[in-house]
Amino acid sequence: MTELLYSDVEEELRASVRSLLADRAGFEAVLTRIESAEPVDLKLWRALAVDLGVAGLPVPEADGGAGASWRETAVVLEELGRSVAPVPFLGNSVLAVAALLGSGDPLLDALAAGSRTATLAVPLSAHQAGNWTVTADSDKLDGTVTSVVDAGSAEVLLVPTAAGLYAVDAADAERAPVVSFDLTRPLTDVTLRGVTGRLVSADATAAVGRALTAGAALLASEQLGVAEWCLTTTVEYVKTRRQFARQIGSYQAVKHRLADLWVSVTEARAVARYAADCLATGDPDLPVAAAVAQAFCSPVAVKAAEECVQLHGGIGFTWEHPAHLYLKRARSDAASLGSAAAHRAALAGLVKLPA
Amino acid sequence: MKPADLAKEFLAAHDPNALDPLDFLRARFDAGLAWVQFPEGLGGLGLPREEQAGVEEVFAAAGAPDNNPRRIGIGLGMAAPTILRHGTDEQRRRWLRPLWTGEEVWCQLFSEPGAGSDLAGLATRAVRASDSDGDGWVVDGQKVWTSMAHEARWAILIARTDPAVPKHRGITYFVLDMTAPGVEVRPLRQATGEAEFNEVFLTGVRIPDTDRLGAVGEGWAVAQTTLMNERVAIGGGAAPREGGVIGVVADLWRERPELRTPALHDALLRLWVDAEAARLTGTRLRQQLAVGQPGPEGSAGKLLFARLNQEISGLELDLLGEEALRHDEWTMRRPTVVDFAGRTAGYRYLRAKGNSIEGGTSEILRNIVAERVLGLPPEHRLDKDVAWKDLPK
Repeated sequence: MTELLYSDVEEELRASVRSLLADRAGFEAVLTRIESAEPVDLKLWRALAVDLGVAGLPVPEADGGAGASWRETAVVLEELGRSVAPVPFLGNSVLAVAALLGSGDPLLDALAAGSRTATLAVPLSAHQAGNWTVTADSDKLDGTVTSVVDAGSAEVLLVPTAAGLYAVDAADAERAPVVSFDLTRPLTDVTLRGVTGRLVSADATAAVGRALTAGAALLASEQLGVAEWCLTTTVEYVKTRRQFARQIGSYQAVKHRLADLWVSVTEARAVARYAADCLATGDPDLPVAAAVAQAFCSPVAVKAAEECVQLHGGIGFTWEHPAHLYLKRARSDAASLGSAAAHRAALAGLVKLPA
Repeated sequence: MKPADLAKEFLAAHDPNALDPLDFLRARFDAGLAWVQFPEGLGGLGLPREEQAGVEEVFAAAGAPDNNPRRIGIGLGMAAPTILRHGTDEQRRRWLRPLWTGEEVWCQLFSEPGAGSDLAGLATRAVRASDSDGDGWVVDGQKVWTSMAHEARWAILIARTDPAVPKHRGITYFVLDMTAPGVEVRPLRQATGEAEFNEVFLTGVRIPDTDRLGAVGEGWAVAQTTLMNERVAIGGGAAPREGGVIGVVADLWRERPELRTPALHDALLRLWVDAEAARLTGTRLRQQLAVGQPGPEGSAGKLLFARLNQEISGLELDLLGEEALRHDEWTMRRPTVVDFAGRTAGYRYLRAKGNSIEGGTSEILRNIVAERVLGLPPEHRLDKDVAWKDLPK
C-alpha cells in the first residue's frame, strides 16, 4: 500500500535539514545573498551535500550513495521550499541524479558524495523530453539551451542530443546568467560551440523523460514547503496585527480564507507524498501521480503566496519582508517542469478523458 | 480465540439459511458479535473496534442476514454510543439490542427552525411534571431535518429544561418514544422534490424521567458524544479513484464525445485532479487514524466533499446542454438513503446543495478549522454568559 505518512527516519532528516537552514539560510542572509555576486550559497550547499549527505539520497549504496529513496529527497525539498535557500539541489540532486540513476555512470557516485555537482541542461520549463536544441557530431556538441537551472554553479552539464545524453565539463560551455524571476533560483543560458562531451546514455529521451517525471513528482514537495511557510507565517501575523482594536485574524473574512488555505495545504501534503512514494517504489501509477502533483500543488503554492502577500497588507508588498521571495518561488515553480495546464493535458491521455 | 474465529464458530451453530433473520441477529448480538468494541452482555466483547472488520467479513462471506446498517445508521452511529456512554445499565439493556437488530429504528431530534448552526440556542421546552404517572417531563416544541422520523420507534432528543441559565447549561438529553401521544411527524419536502427528512411537532408529550440520558442540565455535554460519533460515521471507508460523482461525469465524458468542448475539457480535468487530491487526503487521514495519530485533517473532509460534489454536479449540467433543461420527475418520494450515482444529473446538482448545509455548514466548519486548527481568535460571542430567556430572538 502506498505510504502517505512520514517515517521516523524522514522526520529526523527533516529536523536536521531544518536546523541547518534555520541557522544558515535565514531571510536576511538569503536576501543579502541573492543580490550579491555569488547568488548561490556554496558553503551551505557543502554542508547539505557533504555534512548531511543529502545530495544523492536515492543513489544505491553500491553506487556510492546513501541507499535512501526519493521519499527522503522529497522531505529535503519541503524544507528547502520553506526556506527558499539558494542551493543547487533541484538541478543536481533531483534532475541530474534522476537522469543518471540506473546508468551505473561513475559521475553518480561523485554527485552522491557531494564531491561534484551537475545539472540537466534543459529549460527549467520543460515538460516532455525531446526537441533538443544541441546537436552532437562525433561527440562534439553545438547549440544553446536556455533557462537551465543551477548551471551557473554546476561542474558538469548533462546535455541531451539526438545522439544521446552527454556529460560536458561546464567550464567548456559559455554560461550567460539570466535575470531570473525567482532570485533564489538562478538560471543560465548555456551555449556549446564544438565542445567535447562524454556519452553517458545513448537514449537521451528516456533519461530526460525519467528526470522530468521525477522532477514533476518531487517539485510538489517543494511547493508544499513554500505553501506551508506562507500559511504558517500568515497565521502568526494575523494573530499579532491589530486594526480597529482587534486582531485582524478575528475577522471572518480573514479566518475563512486561511481555513480554506489550510484545507488546500492539507490536500497538497497527501498529493505530494503520494507522488514521492510512487517515484520511490516504481509504482506504475507514477505518471498519473506526477501529473496530479503538478496540476494540484502548483496552484496551491501560488495561492498560498498570494494570500500571504495580501493578508500581510502593506508590509507584505515590501522588499524587506520575505513574502515576495515565496511569491516568486511559487510562480517560478508553477512555470517549472510543466505548467499545471500542461500536466492536466497530459493527464487527459493518461486517464482516458480525451479532448 | 480471535473474534473472526468466534464468528465462524457461531455460524456453525446458527445456520443463517435456516433461522429467521431476526432470530439470527438477536443470537448474534447475544454472542457478542454485533459490535465487538461494546462490553460483554451488550452485543460486544470489549475488544478494539478494529476487530469488527474481520467479524463482518465472516458473516458477509456466509451470506448471513445483516441489520441493514444504512437504514438504522442514526441508531448505530449516534444513539448507541451515547446510550453506552451516558445511559444506566437498565437503559442500555432495554435499548441497545433492538437498536442493533433493526427491530427499532432511531431518529435524532436536535435541529430546530430557530436553532441550526446555533444548536445550543434550541427552544423546545421540557418541564418537570410529576403526577399520578410518576416522575416525568412534558415536552413542547418543533424539531426539523429529522431523517427516519416517520419510521422511528425512538428518538434522541435535546430540550431546554432551564431557560434562566446561559444556553449551554440549560439543556437536558432524553430518549423519546415516537409513538407517544402528542408526537406529530410531517414530511419535509426538499428542493429535489422528495422528502428524506421530516418536521416533528411535539405538543404536551410526556417523557418518563427514567428515559433521561445523563443529568438534568448536562444535555449539551451528552450531545457532544452524539455529534462526535456523527463525524466518525461520516468519515467513511477508502474510496477508489473516480469513486464519487466525478466517476459518473468522467464516464459521461467518455461515452458522449458529442458533448465535448475545449473549455469543458479543462474544467473536467481540474475537477478530476481536485477529486483525486481529496481522495488521497482521505487515504492519508485513514493512515493516520490507523497508527493512532488522529490529525485535524478530518475537518477538511466535509468542506472538500461539499464543494466537490457541488462543482462536479454543476459541470455535469453544463456538459449536458439541452438535456439539462429536462428532468425525470418531481414525484414526492420518501427515500431512506441518498443515492448520488443512481439518479439523474439534475438530482445530483440539487441534492449536492444540501452538502454544505447539513451536518455543519461550510461557514461553521471554516470557523472550526480557523479556531481549533489554526488557533485564530474565536468569534465574538454575545450569548455566552446571558440567560437563554434574555437572548434576543
